[in-house]
Amino acid sequence: MARQLSLVRSDRDTENEPSGHQENIVEGTLVEAVNLALRHEMSRDDSVVILGEDVGANGGVFRATVDLREQFGPLRVLDTPLAEGLIAGLSIGMATQGLRPVAEIQFMGFIFPALEQLVCHAARMRNRTRGRLSCPLVVRVPFGGGIHAPEHHSESTEALLAHIPGLRVVVPSSAVKAYGLLLAAIRDPDPVIFLEPKRIYHAEKQRIHDNGQALPLDTCFTLSQGTDLTLLSWGAMISDCREVVTKMAERDIAIELIDVATLKPLDMETILTSVRKTGRCVIVHEAPRSGGVGAEIAAEISERALLDLKAPVSRVTGFDTIMPYARSETVYMPNTRDIEHQIENTLGFG
Amino acid sequence: MRGRHRFAIPFFRYLDEEGRPEDSLPLWTRDHDLLKAIYESMVLTRTFDQKAIALQRTGQLGTYPSTLGQEAIGTCIGLAMAAEDVLVPYYRDSAAQVLRGMGWEEILLYWGGDERGGNANIHSRDLPVCVPVATQLSQAAGVATAMTIKGHAGATVVTCGDGATSKGDFLEALNVAGVWHLPLVVVINNNQWAISVPLDQQTATASLAQKAIAAGIDGVQVDGNDAIAVYDALNNALEKARHNAQATLIEAVTYRLSDHTTADDASRYRSQDEVRKNWQHEPILRFRNFLHGLELWDVEQEQALLQNCQKTVDAGVDKYLAQKPEAPEAMIDYLYEFVPASLESQREAIIAKAASLNKNHQGA
Repeated sequence: MARQLSLVRSDRDTENEPSGHQENIVEGTLVEAVNLALRHEMSRDDSVVILGEDVGANGGVFRATVDLREQFGPLRVLDTPLAEGLIAGLSIGMATQGLRPVAEIQFMGFIFPALEQLVCHAARMRNRTRGRLSCPLVVRVPFGGGIHAPEHHSESTEALLAHIPGLRVVVPSSAVKAYGLLLAAIRDPDPVIFLEPKRIYHAEKQRIHDNGQALPLDTCFTLSQGTDLTLLSWGAMISDCREVVTKMAERDIAIELIDVATLKPLDMETILTSVRKTGRCVIVHEAPRSGGVGAEIAAEISERALLDLKAPVSRVTGFDTIMPYARSETVYMPNTRDIEHQIENTLGFG
Repeated sequence: MRGRHRFAIPFFRYLDEEGRPEDSLPLWTRDHDLLKAIYESMVLTRTFDQKAIALQRTGQLGTYPSTLGQEAIGTCIGLAMAAEDVLVPYYRDSAAQVLRGMGWEEILLYWGGDERGGNANIHSRDLPVCVPVATQLSQAAGVATAMTIKGHAGATVVTCGDGATSKGDFLEALNVAGVWHLPLVVVINNNQWAISVPLDQQTATASLAQKAIAAGIDGVQVDGNDAIAVYDALNNALEKARHNAQATLIEAVTYRLSDHTTADDASRYRSQDEVRKNWQHEPILRFRNFLHGLELWDVEQEQALLQNCQKTVDAGVDKYLAQKPEAPEAMIDYLYEFVPASLESQREAIIAKAASLNKNHQGA
């Protein structure tokens, strides 16, 4: 008897479209880039399977998986029961058997039941079987504030994940980056947590070359060259940083903006090369200040480039408090004025 | 008020405590080689268990969880499963793991604190033992989902203890197995104790098998000390998984005759009297009596078997003790497929530190 997952609800599910792919330039937003990358990789590789809450008929609450079930069928786009720990556990089981699951956790505030699976199993499977089994899975997680969402829908807890050996933590900062980094994440042989900055999901359309070209993981991207100060950030805050860099350029201040992009493992070489050149560094992140990824970067710089520094490394971050609800969220969020202000302080030091 | 649905949990036992058939036996029991194989594996498992505890007591093994009294479960899982099935074990399944190709030395390596004991056999898709309680159930559901997606003909078998049934992962996995019709067999080793907490403090339900009902899958309870009942339940559940894509929960009712692990002292929380009583129900003597009844076993065979088991276990112990520690940089080398550039300097630091520890050790 043929086995059947009882997920079929729509007649459209059976109409598999041909999935031939040629180079295609698409004007798209970040969330559309995610969809394009998923579609590209599912066409290229039959082992790529999507699972999560509402990813099927609904196409995801942010529409990141829209139309994928129609194209690839219910066996490759699985609406799971509502249980995040299960989603992570299922992904691990599938990954050990040769599939490449791409799971969606609806909001970062709901990832915590999945942490045990990710930390105790996904991150360790290769190590504890001495390479016999591995977990080539991706967990996509919309994160961050700024969209006036309800409680538990705006957190930035990337540092919790970036602390775990065996995981990769990747954060795209634009549509083009999302496309290339997500392809790389899916093809990576190890577990990748892919944090999608939902504040900029629809912010800007970019020309995306839908050609299957992945971007490198474990590498920072230098977005603007400069000699006066190194500005480090990731995710949605890159947009704010860009604005500041442009404004500063009008005042003849040349800022080197670096998109850290992969928080684990961290490419300190690119950062150190830049800081040795500029002697000044400001780190920007939305997450709370203490124990954030910025603290790790600052510690590395102080250990390895102290004598090149002309000013203390400083941070522009969220506060060490619970993410406030929508009415106060703008007070919490770092903004372009905070960044500008800190850059001026750092430039004026000494 | 009328009930809308009524449920019953079937209970299976074929051998009474003296090993006499209570009922007509399943057809497969005519395979006398299989009956002997069941017995031999249970005895081998107990021989190993005694040796492992002795190794721990003499400082040659770390903390070890005994399988004493629960040998029928691992044995029947190992013998009932086909090669193409996948086992997702917890930490009292060494019998099943060894029957599926692991060496006893690997089991010892794991509990002796060496990652190479993580079922590193390159040909297997079985998962390594799971220490965090119940997380293996969701993973097993994922393994079974992969089988479904790939049109694989096999089934997935996952095990857990009675304590695991209190965890969300247990219920989440049963739930998805029902919704997705997964080829999954869940075996609970209900040995009555989760470290010091007895079953009646774990659940108010009359059985653990009935937890299947809420997930829409079949639940059966068997006498876990009757290897005929355990094997038969597994056989039926595996058939249903493979051919009808239906999941089954099997509750094997047994008793933990040992401490939880070698780090535990069960005399703190349960009476010797209770343990003594439960020795009356243990699976090995019962099965030997059964084989005697069929005239399939005699004293000479028993002696030969005990000698063979000792030899097999000693060979495993020798291999384990002869194994040199792994190169220390292995702790970095298996984190990712390729060592990230950012970890190179820590990798070198590990090599240097290990060398200096060695030197100090030799100098001392």
